[in-house]
Order: sequence, then C-alpha cells, then structure tokens
Amino acid sequence: MIPPAAPPAHTPASTQSRVLAAGARPMVEAQRVSVRYGKHVAVEDVTVSIGRQQITALVGPSGCGKTSFLGTLNRLSDLIPGCEVAGRVSVDGEDIRARGFDLVGLRRRVGMIFQKPNPFPLSVRRNLEFPLREHGVRDRARVAEVVEQSLRNVGLWAEVKDRLDAPALALSGGQQQRLCIARALALEPDVLLMDEPCSALDPLSSGVVEDLIGQLRAQYTVLIVTHNLAQARRIADNVALFWAQGGPGRLVEHAPTEAFFESPRDPLTIAYVGGLRG
Amino acid sequence: MAERAQPWGDHVAAVFIWTAAAVVTSVFVWMLADIVWNGAGQISWEFLTAPTDDAGRAGGIGPILVSTAMILGVCMAVSVPLGVGTAVLLSEFTGTNVTFGRLVRRSLDVLAGVPSIVFGLFGNAFFCHVLGLGFSILAGGLTLACMVLPILIRSTEAGLRAVPNEYRMGAAALGISRTSALWHVLLPAAAPGIVVGLVLGVGRAIAETAALLFTSGYVDRMPGSLFDSGRSLSIHIYDLSMNVAGGSANAYASALVLVALLVPINAGISWVADRWLHRRLVR
Repeated sequence: MIPPAAPPAHTPASTQSRVLAAGARPMVEAQRVSVRYGKHVAVEDVTVSIGRQQITALVGPSGCGKTSFLGTLNRLSDLIPGCEVAGRVSVDGEDIRARGFDLVGLRRRVGMIFQKPNPFPLSVRRNLEFPLREHGVRDRARVAEVVEQSLRNVGLWAEVKDRLDAPALALSGGQQQRLCIARALALEPDVLLMDEPCSALDPLSSGVVEDLIGQLRAQYTVLIVTHNLAQARRIADNVALFWAQGGPGRLVEHAPTEAFFESPRDPLTIAYVGGLRG
Repeated sequence: MAERAQPWGDHVAAVFIWTAAAVVTSVFVWMLADIVWNGAGQISWEFLTAPTDDAGRAGGIGPILVSTAMILGVCMAVSVPLGVGTAVLLSEFTGTNVTFGRLVRRSLDVLAGVPSIVFGLFGNAFFCHVLGLGFSILAGGLTLACMVLPILIRSTEAGLRAVPNEYRMGAAALGISRTSALWHVLLPAAAPGIVVGLVLGVGRAIAETAALLFTSGYVDRMPGSLFDSGRSLSIHIYDLSMNVAGGSANAYASALVLVALLVPINAGISWVADRWLHRRLVR
C-alpha cells in the first residue's frame, strides 16, 4: 500500500473552480491517485476532475507520470506487472476500482489511443469488426454500417473504401492512427484517452489527426497526453501540468487553456509555459 | 585506378568458410546419394503396401508405414494441444521472472537434452507397466509426445513472445478478452514459431528408435488397434541392418521412404498452420 502523502505543496483543488462550472458533474474524477511500479512511485496524490465533452491536455516533461496516470483511467495499468494504483478513480460517478467492476464494459466506455499506431495484423475491415463482434454486435448489416460510419467519422472512408480487405498494416502511419481512433469510436465510448497520438507521425499526418481530435470535442470527453504545448493550446479546452521534481509526478496546475497560457498561477507553470523549464 | 589488394587474412577466412560449407553439404549429399543409389531399385507400390515377409528380407513395409503413422498420430494428438497450451501459459500468463515459469522453462530445457533411451526406459516403466498399456502403439506415441513436448513448447513460446506487445495492449484497451485476442491475433501471429516447433518435433519423433524399442515394440504385423504393438520405420531399418542377415537392401529402401516422408510431412505442417492460423491475418 502507498502511505498517505504529505499535503501537496500545490493545491490543485484551488484550481477546480477555474475548470468546472459550479454544479457540473465531471465525467472523470481522480481522488488522491498514486501509481507505483515496485518501489518507484511514478505518480503521487493526483486529484483532478475532468468535465464532459471537453478536451483536456496533460502536459509536462518526460517521466512526470502523465502516461501512468492515463493508464489508471481504463485500468490498463492492471496489465503492467508490479504496477500498483492507490486512490479513487471514477468514470461518470462510478468507482471503477471497485471490486468486481465490469472491466470489459469500462474499456468499451473508455477508449484508448496509443503513441504508436497499433492496428491488428488484420484487414482494415476486420480491425473494426473484431472488437464489435467481441462486444456482441453480430448483425451483418449493422456491423457494416458501423464500420462505414466509424471510418467516415475519422475521414478515412474515402481513402480506404476500395481496399477494406487490404492489410491495415499497409496503410500509412497517419491512416493507421486514424483507423485506431475509428476502432475505438466504433464501440461508442464516452471517454477517449490518447497517449501522444501524434508524436510518431510525420507533420502532415500529425496535422490531420490533430484536426480530427479537435472535432471529437462535441461528442467525447478527451484526455490527451502531449509534449507539444502549441498543440495543447490549439485543441485543448483545459490543460493540466504534471511535474516530477526529483520525486514522483504530481499535478501542478489545471486550468482552462487560455488561463493556463495567459495567466498561469504556479511558478512551475509560468516557467514551463515561458519555455524556461522542461 | 588500381584496386587495393585484399589482405591475405581475408583469403584464408574465405577458403576456410567455403571449405566448411562444402564439407557439411557433401556429407549430406553423400548420405542421400548412398540411400537413393541402394534403395531406389526396391521401391514400388508393392513394396509400400505389402506385408513384411521373412523377417523383412522379403515383402514390403505396409504394416510398418501404418504403425509409423499411428505412433506419429498419437504423439501429435497429445503433444500439440498440451504443448501450445503450456506455451500460452508460459508466455501470456507468467512473466519471465516468476519462479513457477522459470522452473518450468528450466525443466523443459533439461528434458530437451535428455537422451532418447532414457525416455524409452521411462515410457516402458510408466506407460507399459504402471498404466498397463504393454508394448503398444499408444505407449510408443505417448513416450514420443514426452520427447517432443519440450521442443514444441519452447519454440511456440518463442513465437508468442515475438508478437509485439502492442497487440495485447490494444486488444485489452478495446475490452477484448484474453482468449479472443489469443485466438484471433496472438496465436496466428505466432504461427511461424509453432511451425518450427512442429517440424523439429516431428523430425525427432519420426527418426526415433531407442525410445520406441521399449514402448511400441517391434512386431511387424499390421496393427489392429492402438493397443497392438507396432514397428516404426526407424526400428524396421535398425532391425534389418543390425539383426537380419541379408536385410540391407530393404533397409536402404525403408530409409529412402523415411527420408522422403519428411518432405510431405513438413510441407503438410506448413500448409495446415498457414490454413488455420496464419491465413487469419492479413499482412
């Protein structure tokens, strides 16, 4: 077990009102979440509320626990040997770390996009059909409809409609990443977790994927880890800065994008945004 | 422009490497040529199907081929599901550092190096006597399965470990069960490793003599069931060349059949693995 941490030097709670309107129900909530790998504590005492249908960018230097934190939100951290999570995480008000919680249902509602595009070594069509069938969508007409709609949603339909049975791994990196997003969207999630989805792509593809993420705002709650401050500024509604000062990563500041960049409160944020640190 | 002369060390190395390759290849070619030269004359449909006669000096190898196929069938029917299952357990459900996994892997590596005669004695004691199967095709096949398992497990495990972890994470993040991910993505992607294991395993099984002497016996009648004793091709060759005066012509012919059998068997394994596993993937 992780011992209760000393009161954090920074009080993210005080930034709460800047992000969520009073009375608004958050989509994702973390309370005093810590993540450790064996003896190494990667994230400590993160408390944060993420509003519905907003894009929240998690920024900060490498190794400050952004990805580790992201992994607690769909419990993919369960799969990493030696990884222990403490604290409370809730999605839409439900404690997802409760005993016997429906993991399959959770991962259907909380989709994830990885840094490196990871389509299965199947055809473009089967990449979308396989998870759908797993979740009980078996009607052929319905499956075909969802496949087409998901590909349209990510702007890939025109590019691949004549080669749905071609290998997904033959697509370009940017197309593969959009296919992965389509695959997640096909399951009609509420939340999308994105771990640096553009960093492995060339600038053009990266731009296309970034535009796509911007369009997801209306329907999905998006948490995106990025090292690219300019990207965070372009697409995010809110920005959360993680920082590891010699120890575990902590949440330093969580604010609406404009406030984060124009009137940051924490000295670390001021330095980071100003390009002095990180 | 004059080319720079190669240093003499390079020439020596080149000569050495080419000589080594030539020696290895010529040994194989010589063996094959010897078998074909001495054996091809006897091969006929009659030889392949007729019962043995006069302790193998005359007649054919019909019952021997049937026994061999049955022993191999038992061996594969037992070792493939057990082997793939254990490999899945080792690679997907136990980490590399877990004591249990380490223990199993270490034992398998030791088992893979155990001389086949030891397997024969074990098979004789356990399958023939303790389980009361007597000298039978079943006992022989099960003993061979024990021999083949380590090879099969280790190469299937290596095949599974070579599958990128992104597929596992991606599948889990989509709420796909481990079983489905295994069946639809991981095992098909590991098919090359499984094929290597099967080819090596079948090769070891079909060539085996010592382990079968004690377990399936060397009765050269046509077997009526799995509980009958049966003589495998390798034992037939051994018996003809060691114990039967005047049997060397048929020993050569049987050896040629054995070598020739490996070609369709290996092709068949690749085909089945491709048909049932690899073909599910679209690359």
